[in-house]
Amino acid sequence: MTKDPAAYLSHLEAGEPDKTFLDSNELIINMGPQHPATHGVLRVILKLDGEKVLGTECVIGYLHRGVEKIAENRTYTMFNPYVDRMDYVAAVSNGLGYCEAIEKLLNIQAPPRANYIRVILTELNRIASHQLWLGTHALDIGAMTPLFYTFRDREEILKIFEKYCGARLTTHAFRIGGCQYETYEGFEQDVKKYVDFLPPKINEYEELLTTNRIWVERTRSVGKISAADCKALGVTGPVLRASGVKWDLRKAQPYAAYSEFDFDIPTGQNGDTYDRYLVRMEEMRQSLRIIRQAVERIPEGPIMAKVAKVMKPPAGEIYHSIEAPKGELGYFVVSDGSTQPYRVRVRPPSFVNLQALDVMVRGQLVADVIAVIGTLDIVLGEVDR
Amino acid sequence: MVTKLRRRYGSGVREASTYLGENYLVLESSITLETLQVLRDDEFDYCVDITAVHYPSREKQFDLIWILYSFARNERIRVKTELADGESFPSSTEIWPTTNWLEREVFDMFGIRFDGHPDLKRILLPDGWKGYPLRKDYGIIQQDQEWVQINLGIESGQ
Repeated sequence: MTKDPAAYLSHLEAGEPDKTFLDSNELIINMGPQHPATHGVLRVILKLDGEKVLGTECVIGYLHRGVEKIAENRTYTMFNPYVDRMDYVAAVSNGLGYCEAIEKLLNIQAPPRANYIRVILTELNRIASHQLWLGTHALDIGAMTPLFYTFRDREEILKIFEKYCGARLTTHAFRIGGCQYETYEGFEQDVKKYVDFLPPKINEYEELLTTNRIWVERTRSVGKISAADCKALGVTGPVLRASGVKWDLRKAQPYAAYSEFDFDIPTGQNGDTYDRYLVRMEEMRQSLRIIRQAVERIPEGPIMAKVAKVMKPPAGEIYHSIEAPKGELGYFVVSDGSTQPYRVRVRPPSFVNLQALDVMVRGQLVADVIAVIGTLDIVLGEVDR
Repeated sequence: MVTKLRRRYGSGVREASTYLGENYLVLESSITLETLQVLRDDEFDYCVDITAVHYPSREKQFDLIWILYSFARNERIRVKTELADGESFPSSTEIWPTTNWLEREVFDMFGIRFDGHPDLKRILLPDGWKGYPLRKDYGIIQQDQEWVQINLGIESGQ
């Protein structure tokens, strides 16, 4: 195939899309489902013009396990461990959302001590989730070192979980009505030690990336999304905050004991990948602030409310949502007055946020798709449920 | 807000109340889309979720539910309407783009069709799957044997 150079130049000057060697403008390629940068089994069909992305379509469902159907065939207590398997890197948040939803339905309150333990563990889990995100996201973009740093420090959090409830990832830490376990001896010291240990480590991550020229070039102005688009697409969590919306459910509609702590909601201005990185880094520091206050003021007292062994919430329906590390995680539960939920609907933040991928990568390069999938911080277990 | 809707639609607003501190509206399906637009214009700019519940013993078998949130007022509202089996509902993707995938999931799990949806097809289950899993008459052991045999090459997935 030969091209007339003059015609080719005028075509370039006119700003028309560049033709590929096949002499067609569009090329459709498939990414995934087995691809190291898709963080699980996500398949993305890309429509390209050369290196430029014209459009995408996500094919999901590879990890679908029918969690909502399972719920209808289990009692309220039996379903509790299943929710941990959705967002398995932030299992504690999933459990907190579910337990609080059922507590609302039963019209009971977890005792203050239980709420403090819940806050401490949930915030530790938020940090762990962000650390995992940072490590893998940096690895996708080509920085290998942060992965080792973040996994080293995440390990300490998992050790606290393991000492508390015996499990590291799918913790099943909470029960409907409070917590199953009292804190172990030395829990406070372990947590305090970690709160002192982590800030210099976060500075270390930042030293590796924040002013790193390659990192900045690969993330700044990549995958931009405006606040209006975020709201229209239902995008929540750090992605929404990086676009400049100061909205966090922990502040907007406080649950557990969050109304008792001082913390800030970090926001960005540009809504690009770099801002989302900065927002999450600051969120880790704010989480540490919450944990420090919680562990210093943790009250004595019971850790379980009075809950019947066989739970039969009155017929009715409720929606309860919490600020999971990825965004708004909601549970819509319908009770028909029996021991099993009539319907449990999970509003997964990853699923809704993933929908924004198309808007964020249009007009960008293929390599940026990788960066944007990373910055959305999706967990396919939660997308597919 | 409720009085405004009542004045406009009369008995179309079947119920407006609060349960455990959560506001909800039950509407006739004919006025629901219009009301959603009204709510959208009234600062309910974030559609949190769309879901459905199946009541096989009722004449109108499905509850279709929207959960809306307003950033400006920090308020949630649930809108609910009833649909019969086979009845479709106009898509709200024009009002909130986020409902694209949410409606696809409702279609995938309940078989409720949304008219005017840009790309209504299964989202979590494979294309061509038989049945709608979150209907109450879909047994948990039930599966699409044929699909499993063709695509996975096994006799049964159980």
